[in-house]
Amino acid sequence: MKEIYFDHAATTRTDERVLRKMLPYFGEIFGNPNSQHAFGREAQKAVDEARDTIAKLIGAKPNEIYFTSGGTESDNWALRGICRALKGKGRHLIISKIEHAAMLSTAKELEKDGFEFSYIGVDKEGFIDLEELESAIRPDTILIGCMYANNEIGTIEPIAEIGKIARRHGIFFFTDAVQAMGALPIDVSSSDIDLMSFSSHKFNGPKGMGALYIRTGVPLGRLISGGHQERTRRGGTTNVPGVVGMAEALRLTKETQAEDSAYVASLRDRFIGRVTEEIPYVKLNGPKDGTKRLPNNADFSFEYIEGESILFSLDLAGIAVSSGSACSSGSLEPSHVLLATGVPEELAHGSIRFTFGKENTVEEVDYAVDTLKEIVGRLRKMSPLFNLKGDMQNV
Amino acid sequence: MYNDKVMEAFRNPQNVGEVENYNGLGKVGNAACGDIMQITLRIENDVIVDAKFKTFGCAAAIATSSTATSMVIGMTVEEALKLTNKRVVEELEGPPPQKLHCSVLAEEAIKAAIEDYRNRQKGVTTPEEQPKMV
Ligand SMILES: Cc1ncc(COP(=O)(O)O)c(C=O)c1O
Ligand code: FES
Repeated sequence: MKEIYFDHAATTRTDERVLRKMLPYFGEIFGNPNSQHAFGREAQKAVDEARDTIAKLIGAKPNEIYFTSGGTESDNWALRGICRALKGKGRHLIISKIEHAAMLSTAKELEKDGFEFSYIGVDKEGFIDLEELESAIRPDTILIGCMYANNEIGTIEPIAEIGKIARRHGIFFFTDAVQAMGALPIDVSSSDIDLMSFSSHKFNGPKGMGALYIRTGVPLGRLISGGHQERTRRGGTTNVPGVVGMAEALRLTKETQAEDSAYVASLRDRFIGRVTEEIPYVKLNGPKDGTKRLPNNADFSFEYIEGESILFSLDLAGIAVSSGSACSSGSLEPSHVLLATGVPEELAHGSIRFTFGKENTVEEVDYAVDTLKEIVGRLRKMSPLFNLKGDMQNV
Repeated sequence: MYNDKVMEAFRNPQNVGEVENYNGLGKVGNAACGDIMQITLRIENDVIVDAKFKTFGCAAAIATSSTATSMVIGMTVEEALKLTNKRVVEELEGPPPQKLHCSVLAEEAIKAAIEDYRNRQKGVTTPEEQPKMV
């Protein structure tokens, strides 16, 4: 059976070259970078180099890069760290309605601790409402947070505009760039971004490895207390193989990013084109304009049928996709992102996310569309909401 | 998440569709997830001779309704009314706990179809537009 992976927003395969670069740090170069001897120094050198590499690739200074265990930790740190550092100044934060669960559930907890959040709405294609954002600002607002690009429907948010608004009002700006980092050129030096999270496993690096960019001068309380690692801001012995792997993965990604993104976008566009033309009663979620959508993302709602049934049917045919966002697929709630864009609940139930990668092929895309057509037709015949009228016989 | 038996029932569901000259129809909606199940029955001399389902539901809903309809065919109406989702779930050795509410759909739709059949016997037809929420 074919094995087709269309779930690159969930995670990506660790690149062979990344793995090879990491292996010595599990073996001969096993030292703790904090140790004062030769073993430690060698490990420290690798960590310093990795930090330099990453900083250069995103236009940051090396001492603005802080290693974490991934996107979730970075998001937690940014929110909780700002709250701890600035609670004397204010207790109000502004974030979008379509943030990742790492943000939304952290916000829910902070609300219990007495912080207040304004959740800013989005339009039909998932773009944040800039007017609503600006008018939500209060004298006690301490952070504006908006993801760089949405993990479910691929919307690339107007980060430059949001940053300008934040600057104008003297408020720190945080962005979750977990989905954007692998696909888009990002340069923090020419932006108004103060805090930014990213995660290695979304760009062919190892899992459980990420970073938080903290612009010089931004006050941030600690999330993880411990030793003096990360310039005393994040305790815990450094994950040396992870750090080395993330740096190499980012270096390789940025080296061919323009070509890879163009290629992946061509697969996406072929897929979107064929599905829209050949399968009736579907709705593309997220931006129509391909330049404002993550190159790897296609998200569809299929009327009259349930996402999970489509997901498992595709899985049986060897095609791996995700229904809503991977993290919410364990719950019964329809996706908060789709509901925020105004998709009715039944439609939100029947949504599937396809995310492509550079190792996918046109043949795989075509096979997937052909298979999907069959599956959707079969499930619709099973649906009490779908009456087989004449014009629907063949769908 | 699902065991082999559930996946097999999902992959090759039995009794999909609508019984041609059905005389009992039950349509129920699931309050937990918003999904919908329709079951049609052909009942002759108080014995269920055919049963079919249609669902706007998840894989667990498809698997449990396939099993439930197979189980009620050949049963008397009284026996079918005693069929619980627990029996269906035992038969499938699953699905997982967070999906138990899906198996309730089939049980409730069968009960609703039998009620509709009895009403028809009395000359009352139940409106079939709105699913009953369970
Ligand atoms: C937008 C976004 N933020 C945060 C995360 C969490 O990242 P990680 O898996 O590294 O904890 C994800 C990944 O699913 C994501 O897509
Ligand atoms: S989740 Fe709705 S029927 Fe299973």
